[in-house]
Amino acid sequence: MPTVGVKRDLLFTALGRTYTDEEFDELCFEYGLELDEITSEKEIISREQGGSKASGASDVILYKIDVPANRYDLLCLEGLVRGLQVFMNKMEAPRYRRVRPVSGEPQRLVITKETAAVRPHAVAAVLRNITFTQERYDSFIELQDKLHQNVCRKRSLVAIGTHDLDTISGPFTYTAKPPGEISFKPLNQTKEYTATQLMSLYKTDSHLKHFLHIIEDKPVYPVIYDSNGVVLSMPPIINGDHSKISLETKNVFIECTATDVTKAKIVLDMMVTMFSEYCAQPFTVEEAEVVYPDGKTCKYPELAYRKEKLSSEFINRKVGINESTETLARLLTKMCLRSEVTGAGDEIEVEIPPTRSDVIHACDIMEDAAMAFGFNNIPYTTPLTYTVAHQVGVSSCTVGRALTLAPPAVHIANPKTAEFQVARTTLLPGLLKTVAANRKMPLPLKLFEISDVVLKDETKDVGARNSRRFCAVYYNKSPGFEVIHGLLDRTMQLLEEKSARGDGYHIQAAEGKKGGGGGWHFRACRNSLNR
Amino acid sequence: KGTLFSPFLTSLLGSRDVTSGLFQASQGSSMADTGVVESLLGLVEKADGGVDSLEAAAGLGVDHQLLVGAVKSLQALGDLISAELRSSKHWELSGEGTEIAEQGSHEARVFGSIPPQGLTQSDLMKLSFGKIGFSKAMSSKWIRVDKAHEGGPRVFRTVRIKFTWTVITAFSENRSSTRVLPAFRTVKSYWITKGSSFSTTITKQETELTPEMIASGSWKEKKFKPYNFQAMGVAPDCGHMHPLMKVRTQFRQIFLEMGFTEMPTNNFIESSFWNFDSLFQPQQHPARDQHDTFFLSDPALAHDFPQDYLERVKKVHSEGGYGSQGYKYAWKVEEAQKNILRTHTTAVSARMLYKLAQQKFTPVKYFSIDRVFRNETLDATHLAEFHQIEGVVADRGLTLGDLMGILHAFFTKLGITKLRFKPAYNPYTEPSMEVFSYHEGLKKWVEVGNSGVFRPEMLLPMGLPEDVSVIAWGLSLERPTMIKYGINNIRELVGHKVNLQMVYDSPVCRLES
Repeated sequence: MPTVGVKRDLLFTALGRTYTDEEFDELCFEYGLELDEITSEKEIISREQGGSKASGASDVILYKIDVPANRYDLLCLEGLVRGLQVFMNKMEAPRYRRVRPVSGEPQRLVITKETAAVRPHAVAAVLRNITFTQERYDSFIELQDKLHQNVCRKRSLVAIGTHDLDTISGPFTYTAKPPGEISFKPLNQTKEYTATQLMSLYKTDSHLKHFLHIIEDKPVYPVIYDSNGVVLSMPPIINGDHSKISLETKNVFIECTATDVTKAKIVLDMMVTMFSEYCAQPFTVEEAEVVYPDGKTCKYPELAYRKEKLSSEFINRKVGINESTETLARLLTKMCLRSEVTGAGDEIEVEIPPTRSDVIHACDIMEDAAMAFGFNNIPYTTPLTYTVAHQVGVSSCTVGRALTLAPPAVHIANPKTAEFQVARTTLLPGLLKTVAANRKMPLPLKLFEISDVVLKDETKDVGARNSRRFCAVYYNKSPGFEVIHGLLDRTMQLLEEKSARGDGYHIQAAEGKKGGGGGWHFRACRNSLNR
Repeated sequence: KGTLFSPFLTSLLGSRDVTSGLFQASQGSSMADTGVVESLLGLVEKADGGVDSLEAAAGLGVDHQLLVGAVKSLQALGDLISAELRSSKHWELSGEGTEIAEQGSHEARVFGSIPPQGLTQSDLMKLSFGKIGFSKAMSSKWIRVDKAHEGGPRVFRTVRIKFTWTVITAFSENRSSTRVLPAFRTVKSYWITKGSSFSTTITKQETELTPEMIASGSWKEKKFKPYNFQAMGVAPDCGHMHPLMKVRTQFRQIFLEMGFTEMPTNNFIESSFWNFDSLFQPQQHPARDQHDTFFLSDPALAHDFPQDYLERVKKVHSEGGYGSQGYKYAWKVEEAQKNILRTHTTAVSARMLYKLAQQKFTPVKYFSIDRVFRNETLDATHLAEFHQIEGVVADRGLTLGDLMGILHAFFTKLGITKLRFKPAYNPYTEPSMEVFSYHEGLKKWVEVGNSGVFRPEMLLPMGLPEDVSVIAWGLSLERPTMIKYGINNIRELVGHKVNLQMVYDSPVCRLES
């Protein structure tokens, strides 16, 4: 679950009132958020790097808020405030509009066919006449970071580049070139590097090193140029220094390059819906044209509003409430899903805004109605489902031949530690390790485990199966083989197995194994059990 | 190479030292010398008023401790005698003091040890009194050391003295020497008088009722030693279930009482298809990352999927359908084929629901409690594997209120009655709710589980009828066990570092309802 840090006082100013921590926690809970932590920059630095480093840091109160992983529209202060204000009926959800530039042609991003080999998709838009403040600017940068970490899957699916449009001139070209042929001055560097040099430069960069693998072994790297050959960015690694945005930037060109075009459109919609609030014409976004290698042209951002029709009976039936169509429409509107009663029976027409990419089915709308109604206002009911219980019992345990050969084990591709590279095929090592870890205990130790091991099995769809095992260890100063032997006999007696050769069970020395005479008696225990 | 799974252990039989029992104290007194007991009774009979135990011991020529033993054993027989504890204080020479009284002071003995031709200092120091006596005799100038003597420093007498000695009998109690030769001691003794049922003959007390006593009827006349209820009893030979198993048994019991059928969860290895894709969890979902899930290198891929179902899953992910927009991405069978260690038992629920959909629909209630595996950061409360408890109900027309009602019934059986629900996100349930309960001890709401209604994009491709809803919830077994048994570090509960003493001592698991 992503966590968003917002300054408490800024949040309260934007919400138009103050809350106690408990009140705000309660509001979050109802809305499906979680006030995870109340802290400050000073506290965070002091905790992570020690008190001495924190002396100069800000002690402004920060709220760390956990946001559901599919609500990209709540990943910044702007979105959180908008969502909560609409939820509390303090404002109407804004309408986001794509507009043509006032003068001239829209900005144009031309995709060349070379990108197909590495990162084939791109979308773009312009935020015109935006006014940044330090807080807005910080939030703008922070949102890109949150989107990169979440929906963009650490930039592998989508990477966002934002540029000061007044420092560059279109049309822009999105292409891909061998790394040796790309050269530019990257963000916050003082000289030019080739792409090859950059990749080794960033090997040690604690932030950027995590993204290098996305293109590292590709023959060509993605790159965006302006009409004068200025590099805007080398996605998904770094932007150029030339076009970087600042507090003074008035016009922002946003490009998103991607391996998944659906996600790219969502990410672009999020960026522009969240920050078009600060444009001279709030909530309007200037369109950009993207020209594909096949000559096709698309306009972005999509900012698509979708309409769904559903009945209030459906919502009531699924949630277990009995609310009027009007009430349900009002509840949905509180969730930024503008809804109207159509008049055709109990039909509600719901408009899903571009900010709510998480709504993909009527059940998502139903959930929002339930949230707005209040989960904790729904009456508890008991389903009348009639069933007869049955348990997977001991009866399904079969007595089988104890294995003397090591069976083939299942191997883990990404083990956590060297100790755990395979799924265990026998219980014995675990018991022996337990004995070793409990040597301080009075003797004897008598331990057993009944559990599943995993064996390769080509007859199964996954090529492996579980096998139930019973293992016991007797640990004392004297061998006491008769103790384990007695346990085996008792177990067989309970399982109605007779001690007999042929039609029963018997113990037989395994070849090359020595039993008795002190030392590690599990060797004796490893004799085979024949049915 | 090691094994992946940490063991869950139970000690089969106990192994306590039996050092104390009900009879311990009386067994001790029975060992008192019967001769001393009888002589003591004789003394008490003759004495006017009473007898002091110290004087009695001296009179009988036995050690005082032996006599005290006789007093104790007589006391255990009833009101034969009455003994009053007394204490007196007097001076007594310590061991060193006794030695001085008998053989002279250290310095005198040093003086006496030195022959006319002198003694090497090293030889002198080997004597038990050498070190202390040497410095005393030096400061009294009785002896001298010739440091330059051939063969090492040598000690000579400097004076001629003839010793006579007197034993000093009085010391100040406040003498502040670090070597207090006489010590001020407290001596405890008993003042022994006749008891209400005094007799000089002793009837032996029986410790055990025997078959012979019953047969002969002699038990009627016998006197029996009283039990000592202060001592601990003999620990029984018994096995001990691991706390995790005890709690699991309780949860299983609750599900069975509620009419739930156990799912066969004996497949730790699962394909990504059943673990994720069938649950409508997109292929780019972070949970499917190497950082969250253990993938297999051998056998790396699964085969034999129900082909028509696989096509429907592919379609609902990539294009939508069943009223859904879908995720609109290129769904790849290669990704679905990847074998993993299952990350949740919901993979089994998916297989069960698919199976259910292949028949004429009948309502079901399923549960499971088994291991799942996640590539998580390990800490005091997280291991890479844990047990998931899961409940699933499939029926026509189930509501969110039904889910809340069934959760309320389930948690009430656990002794948790105050619940509230927080909207949450889960890729395969909608609505999704986190379950919180009010913790009286912590005075706050704590998360106790997760729940939701399975998405139509998961159920309809399986072939379940459209009006069938499936509600489900899950929680871990380890967390409630750690809370119940007050365990802070999960490594003490799970894995070979388990504390066996904790296993031996843990009480039964009763989840109050």
